[in-house]
Amino acid sequence: MSVATQDTAIRTGRVMRTLIYLVLLLFVLFYMLPLYVMLVNSVKPLEEITGGGMMNLPQVFTLEPWFKAWSSAQIGVEPTGLSPYFWNSIKMVVPAVIISTVLGALNGYVLTKWRFRGDTILFGLMLFACFIPFQIVLIPMARVLGELGLAGSTWGLSLVHIVYGIGFTTLYFRNYYAVFPTELIRAAQIDGAGFFQIFWRILLPSSGPIAVVSIIWQFTNIWNDFLFGASFAGANNQPMTVALNNLVQASHGVKEYNVHFAGAILAALPTLLVYIVAGRYFVRGLMAGSVKG
Amino acid sequence: MGFLDIDNTTKSYGAVEVLHNVDISVEEGEFLVLVGPSGCGKSTLLNMIAGLEDISSGEIRIKDQLMNGVHPSKRNIAMVFQSYALYPNMTVGQNITFGLEMHGVPKPEREKAMHEVANLLQIENFLDRKPGALSGGQRQRVAMGRALVRNPDVFLFDEPLSNLDAKLRVDMRTEIKKLHQKLGTTIVYVTHDQIEALTLSTRIAVMNGGYVQQLGTPQEIYDTPANIFVATFMGSPAMNVIPAKVDMQNGRPVACVETHDGTTSTLPFSQDNLSEWNGKDILLGIRPETITDEDAADRKSSNIAHLTNQVVVTEPAGSDTFVSMTLGGRDVIARMRSDAEVKPGADFTFAVNMEKAVAFDPATEMRIPA
Ligand SMILES: Nc1ncnc2c1ncn2[C@@H]1O[C@H](COP(=O)(O)OP(=O)(O)OP(=O)(O)O)[C@@H](O)[C@H]1O
Ligand SMILES: [Mg+2]
Repeated sequence: MSVATQDTAIRTGRVMRTLIYLVLLLFVLFYMLPLYVMLVNSVKPLEEITGGGMMNLPQVFTLEPWFKAWSSAQIGVEPTGLSPYFWNSIKMVVPAVIISTVLGALNGYVLTKWRFRGDTILFGLMLFACFIPFQIVLIPMARVLGELGLAGSTWGLSLVHIVYGIGFTTLYFRNYYAVFPTELIRAAQIDGAGFFQIFWRILLPSSGPIAVVSIIWQFTNIWNDFLFGASFAGANNQPMTVALNNLVQASHGVKEYNVHFAGAILAALPTLLVYIVAGRYFVRGLMAGSVKG
Repeated sequence: MGFLDIDNTTKSYGAVEVLHNVDISVEEGEFLVLVGPSGCGKSTLLNMIAGLEDISSGEIRIKDQLMNGVHPSKRNIAMVFQSYALYPNMTVGQNITFGLEMHGVPKPEREKAMHEVANLLQIENFLDRKPGALSGGQRQRVAMGRALVRNPDVFLFDEPLSNLDAKLRVDMRTEIKKLHQKLGTTIVYVTHDQIEALTLSTRIAVMNGGYVQQLGTPQEIYDTPANIFVATFMGSPAMNVIPAKVDMQNGRPVACVETHDGTTSTLPFSQDNLSEWNGKDILLGIRPETITDEDAADRKSSNIAHLTNQVVVTEPAGSDTFVSMTLGGRDVIARMRSDAEVKPGADFTFAVNMEKAVAFDPATEMRIPA
């Protein structure tokens, strides 16, 4: 009896599994389709696209659209390609990610290990920051940047992203540190370590997974942001996303779709890279706060 | 003036007072154990000595220096935590020397101190390992090494053995005791295990509900418990507490207790002043090991009483057999030799060492002093 049931269980299992894989495969194709379209069209001459062969593989393979998008395409009025804007984005993203992550870690540390009166209310308010829509802060933020003399500068843009990101990074680190054993902090206090020594020597070295989460989250959000970039950047320090929009929206001449596709991939490449390098830590870090141990 | 003075100290969280007027004075080289059930405030008191919790009122002094408000690292204390609290990102060696580093001790001296301690605790072979790669007992040793290396005035231990399995716990208990005898440092040790308290300590503070119920040597605590709580908390199986009435026989006070069939047996007291309780109810406290068969009765005792009662259950436990009976309407346990011939359901004549018996006032539950 038991042998028979086991046998049928295996057989139905096999059928089910084939079905599941088929469905999953369909989903994969569905999600990969845009990437496929972008990739194949970015390595075709323009005529092949305008000729109506969007879905076809390239007949003539060329990297010309990529070079053009990177270094000579018309962005706004200048034929500079996307490269200067790529560096603009890097200059904005790197400090913003690092500073917002470090501040989030410090906040999490204070909120869990140096409790004070009203700390939960403060944390609640910081959480609230995660739900404020971008549009609401545009005008007050412009005002503040003006007052600070940072209007139109890369640092101003970084500042906006830091302020906006702190709510999220604090949330991540607070939840992570909430299950970090308080006895370790007490042991370090008895050993004579001060506030920052405990932070640097004890807490941060154990924060790898959640730091990865924070960095990936911040990096993708800030890199992909368009609204703040379009609103607060000056002509010389527009980020990649705004430049890509200018490239695609250029009103004169023929629309070079192959260059547009190449530019779009270039703009997405850094976030893809971050995911590939650190992605497997991402899930691990997200789980770490919720499951003890 | 002791070495460590806890002077009329209280602790409140908001309006709730969790420690009430604690007064303990510890001499240099003493091994004081704070023992009590969960939530009685042992850890809180220890943390106040360590400076990890502030003191709501009263004073704590170490070597006559007032410690109120002094930072933990400036008290020259070291603490071993229940979870060991080893820094997971550092090697064993770094764990041990971290405190010295923070106190600005130069590297060569740190290394020297580390090797001395590692040698003493036999952990030299894994100085380069991370704590995650150690067994529970090894971690325990490292945690003690981290405390020892600082050469503190007072060692504080918060349930250091409770995460170990039973066998290892007994081994480490002996090791801690040896260490104390060898180094002669002052130790304050928290546990909820009364056997640990009795075996390790030179003095015990039994706590309950934020009060110190009794402070004394293990012998005092065991033989003359201050009240019923201490009497039943310390010792295993717990002391039998039996309702009894005081009467006089031949000019001496006796306890009248009811056996299983409703008849009254008398047990003469050794404690003379109980004649003042003539005619009144008391609670009679008798330890299980003082109820035996005639042959095993303590020959040095001047007051062995006899009591015939029905045996309800016998529980052989290797070296001893636990025998239960009904006295004064309560279950009473006797601890007999394993070869004592007791049979469930049959009557048996027990020998009770009344020299060791104590009496409690049923109203206050306090022991009636001799
Ligand atoms: N932060 C706090 N706020 C309010 N009450 C607290 C706080 N910390 C501890 N208490 C209370 O103080 C009392 C003593 O706690 P403590 O941790 O000292 O108990 P314990 O004797 O060490 O118990 P255990 O054996 O379980 O460790 C408990 O009743 C606890 O609920
Ligand atoms: Mg405790």
